[in-house]
Amino acid sequence: MKSASNGSGPKIGFYICHCGTNIAGTIDVEAVREHAAKLPGVAVSKGYKYMCSDPGQEMIAQDIRAQGLERLVVAACSPNLHEETFRKAAAKGGLNPFFFQMVNIREHASWVHEDKAAATQKAEDQVRAAIHRVRFHKALEKKRVPVHPDVMVVGGGIAGIHAALTAANAGKKVILVEREATIGGHMALFDKTFPTLDCSACILTPKMSAVKGHPNITLWAYSEVTKVEGYVGNFKVTVKRKPRYVKEDLCVGCDACIDACVFKEAKFPDEFNQGLSKRKPVYLSFPQATPKVVTIDPKTCIQLKTGKCKMTCAAACDRKAIDFGQKEESKEVPVGAIILTTGFDAFDPKRHEYYGYGRYPNVYSALEVERLVNASGPTGGDVVLRDGRRPEAIGIIHCVGSRDEHTNKWCSRVCCMYSLKLAHLLKERTGAQVYNFYIDMRTPGKTFEEFYDRLLKEGVQFVRGRVAEVNDWAMTREEEGRLVIRVEDTLAGFVRRIPVDMVVLSQGLEARKDALDVRRIFNIGCGSDGFFQERHPKLAPVSTFADGIFIAGACQGPKDIPDTVAQAGAAAAEALALVDAGHVEMEPNTSRVVEEECSGCKSCVPLCPYSAITFDEAKKKASINEILCKGCGVCAAACPSGSIRQNLFEDDEIFGEIEGVLS
Amino acid sequence: MTHHDKKGAGRFEPRIVAFFCNWCTYTAADLAGVSRLKYAPNTRVIRVMCSGRVDPQFVLDAFSRGADGVLLGGCHPGDCHYAEGNYKTLRRMRLLERMLKDMGVSDGRFRLEWISGAEGEKVKTVVNDMVAKVRALGPLDLPGKFKDWDSELEGLARSVHASSKEAAHVR
Amino acid sequence: MSAKPKVGFYWCASCGGCEEAVVDLAEGVLDVVAAVDIVLWPVAMDFKRSDVEGMADKSMTVCFINGAVRTSEQEEMVRMLRKKAQFVISFGSCANSGGIPGLANQFSKETILKFVYEDCPGVDNSARTRPQTRMKDEGDRSLHLPVFRDMVRSLDQVIDVDYYLPGCPPTPKLIMGGVQALLSGKLPAKGTVLSPDVALCDECPRKDSKPTDLALTEFKRPHLAPIDPEKCILAQGFLCMGPATRSGCEALCVKGNMPCSGCFGPTSKVRDQGAKLVSCLAGSIAAKETPEIDKVLSGIPDPVGSFYRYGLPKSMLKRRIDN
Repeated sequence: MKSASNGSGPKIGFYICHCGTNIAGTIDVEAVREHAAKLPGVAVSKGYKYMCSDPGQEMIAQDIRAQGLERLVVAACSPNLHEETFRKAAAKGGLNPFFFQMVNIREHASWVHEDKAAATQKAEDQVRAAIHRVRFHKALEKKRVPVHPDVMVVGGGIAGIHAALTAANAGKKVILVEREATIGGHMALFDKTFPTLDCSACILTPKMSAVKGHPNITLWAYSEVTKVEGYVGNFKVTVKRKPRYVKEDLCVGCDACIDACVFKEAKFPDEFNQGLSKRKPVYLSFPQATPKVVTIDPKTCIQLKTGKCKMTCAAACDRKAIDFGQKEESKEVPVGAIILTTGFDAFDPKRHEYYGYGRYPNVYSALEVERLVNASGPTGGDVVLRDGRRPEAIGIIHCVGSRDEHTNKWCSRVCCMYSLKLAHLLKERTGAQVYNFYIDMRTPGKTFEEFYDRLLKEGVQFVRGRVAEVNDWAMTREEEGRLVIRVEDTLAGFVRRIPVDMVVLSQGLEARKDALDVRRIFNIGCGSDGFFQERHPKLAPVSTFADGIFIAGACQGPKDIPDTVAQAGAAAAEALALVDAGHVEMEPNTSRVVEEECSGCKSCVPLCPYSAITFDEAKKKASINEILCKGCGVCAAACPSGSIRQNLFEDDEIFGEIEGVLS
Repeated sequence: MTHHDKKGAGRFEPRIVAFFCNWCTYTAADLAGVSRLKYAPNTRVIRVMCSGRVDPQFVLDAFSRGADGVLLGGCHPGDCHYAEGNYKTLRRMRLLERMLKDMGVSDGRFRLEWISGAEGEKVKTVVNDMVAKVRALGPLDLPGKFKDWDSELEGLARSVHASSKEAAHVR
Repeated sequence: MSAKPKVGFYWCASCGGCEEAVVDLAEGVLDVVAAVDIVLWPVAMDFKRSDVEGMADKSMTVCFINGAVRTSEQEEMVRMLRKKAQFVISFGSCANSGGIPGLANQFSKETILKFVYEDCPGVDNSARTRPQTRMKDEGDRSLHLPVFRDMVRSLDQVIDVDYYLPGCPPTPKLIMGGVQALLSGKLPAKGTVLSPDVALCDECPRKDSKPTDLALTEFKRPHLAPIDPEKCILAQGFLCMGPATRSGCEALCVKGNMPCSGCFGPTSKVRDQGAKLVSCLAGSIAAKETPEIDKVLSGIPDPVGSFYRYGLPKSMLKRRIDN
């Protein structure tokens, strides 16, 4: 162990983490430690089993005090994980936390290389780079910026409703933005929820009305976020409010206009009922719609399409709520935190052509069946097929658009359970023979396995095997006029043909079709599956890489209602922690113009995506607004006279790193 | 610097300096680690917040200090954490690539790749592919070349130092 | 002997413009001549190598050396002058960073000799005779010619340099400033470039006309399109090196309605002038898709010749590396 600095310049302390065997199992940590000890300026070079542990951090703090260390380098895991930890350790020892550089030898070396000598060599090179670089570090301070106390929730399904209510109950002003005419999301479509079979509407609608009635919640339904500017704690969100052609504050949802519509019969597919029923151009999605305000569909309304309607609806409204002149509005609101709860899209079963959806009328998507069994659905809960028959045998096919190399590789987590629920409801309502075709039965939640057990006892049939095809080619009298499910029964060990009257396709869950556009608006990431990417799968599950923007529910990945609500609560708590703190600390990696070196060439001004750079006409120099700067460094790279410095990424620091890594 | 003996002594192991943007490619490399993907140990990663911070000077400096290849990883077009930084990178690197070619640095020694935070697998394939290609090109070794080029100066440096009287011409 | 400081001027691979610049001091030159003893100035007075050899070490106060170093003769002379002079001032772009002769570093020695002695239109050399470094004449006297080195070097790549006077050539004002600093003994830190350390735009008369939202859609060449004499030349789409070039010339080229071509070299914060301007200019291109970007960039047919017009040997790569 070295006790004295060898070489000039600041005294550097180097620490290498073994991370148990995570690092030490592949990298010769002692060799790296020795290597670092010989580098100029290194006064202390130590290894420890877990640097991030309290004793590890304490060791750093003590050495800083006892040895007068002026710089700190820690070789451990990714800085995305523990940079803050070691900055704090430095501060604890009395060192400016930015006199620190972290070397990633776990994610970028020990975990990805098998050749121990080569991995050790790489670790040494990267350590040398950090030691070269850290000499150039400057003392920096995090800027404290006040936070706007309001919270925006985007997406009014159960996740958004729960998050909005949680934040509002904590006394925060919440703006809930929903794209559709009503909040409620997918949960509003369901009759019962698994595994308790409690009525979906009974548990959801009270929360919907609580949103409507909450003094702290502003509900903007039929609206979409189009732009997000600003930064954590100080976002400026632009919301497009689509015209309903109905004045929200006047309408009471009395249905008089719907009754009076010139279309005597409803003739347009009702989206809420998955097209299983019809609606008029003026409609209310469902009786408990929130806000309880009718909407006029400009694609089907004669007045809006041609301007030549008698407008009987308007005449019927005694509150004069109908307004055909309504225009799209754009509103800008400041908020401190944003929670995204934009949900999922159900897999379109048409993509599995061999299951015949869209070709055979009696092949249904699970969402259609949810409406079909729903007491407030198109048939009042009566399970009647499209041809008017009642099914005597029903086949429920699992994993449609899940666990499939050709479509979606992931397990959608909820389909086994909702398939069991539908099996139960269908059997209860029809007395039919119900088959479930599954690959594996996944029932890991609380009381899920018990529910499966209950269904087994209820006499629902389970066939383990991936269904090959659904067709109507009868081979026997029994099959005539029916649908035939061809499947390899992998438990029985042979191929079966099972004739049924109704097929239910258990659609998987996918990211929203416009998830990519949405994530660009909010500047967050998507995983390779298209769902929004959390900052860390375990330790920051509702955070994103954009500070101040949180995610919850199925927009982050398939999940059931209990998990969604739990996540929504977590996201609300994160948002509250942020806005309640009253201020945020900004990473100091902003750029600055060294005024006496600036020639005023203006090259940097148009390059800044945040308009943080302005040209001072009096001084004839560029100037950077530190608060607006997000620290990308594009201006520092561009400044043709080298007059812009990016904190933590100054030219000297990066050149030092290049020199170190290659020396 | 002492270097460990490389596996398969005699096989050229290229050194590739990799500038990775924090939000996409660096995160993807973290993901590759978490997923325990295995790839060639030849890259040396330098983290920047945005690929738009990468000054062409850094690329040239890396070559001049002994890198056999330089890899630059950023977010996919349209996905930059800083809105448009990667477009600036693309423009700069298109011009830099032309210049490198004119200066005799072979295609393949410099590479710009868009790797999103979810593409741990792509880090592996890109690094492996680039290492194989640069290995096939052989060492660039600019520090060695610089030394080699300056060897023509050794003679006079010695003789003038010793005030040589060897005849030559003055115009 | 007078106690006046002894001054030498020497030239290597250069055009002679730097020597002209000294003469351009006009009446100022008389002040200089009055204040100093010129002990070496081959372009103006007859000096022999033996005169230099005969000087005592450090006997010359200051030697101004212009031109890049390409031949063994240049190299030997500058090494000798380094010994004889207390201060060496690298004078002008060629000495500072290779200058126009430095562009030869894009080609191998063989390519250059072959072109000059064989392929160049107008050359009649069917025997393909090349100059030799040693020969004997009829009288059996041997003659040595200098060796043509493999590459062009800046002065400081061969000898230690104390100060730099930038420009192609340095302006009379900067020369006088440098001489006066030396005579008065008010010397800046060793290695200083004797010119303001800020880019040219600072003193450009067209600075105000440059927009703050520049988005380049094409590059034009000065001999192919008219240049508006009032507006920022770069903003008009002409490649102007001004933003990446040290000031001090008082924007002479711009005042002559031509873009800056970068002869003063970079500011002290920049290590590679060409790379830095690439970063700045390319960043400001409006196009987003590769084909459109390439189309805009095709307006710069010779990037190396444009961005390193005066500084290829001092660039990070120094010369074409596969030569």
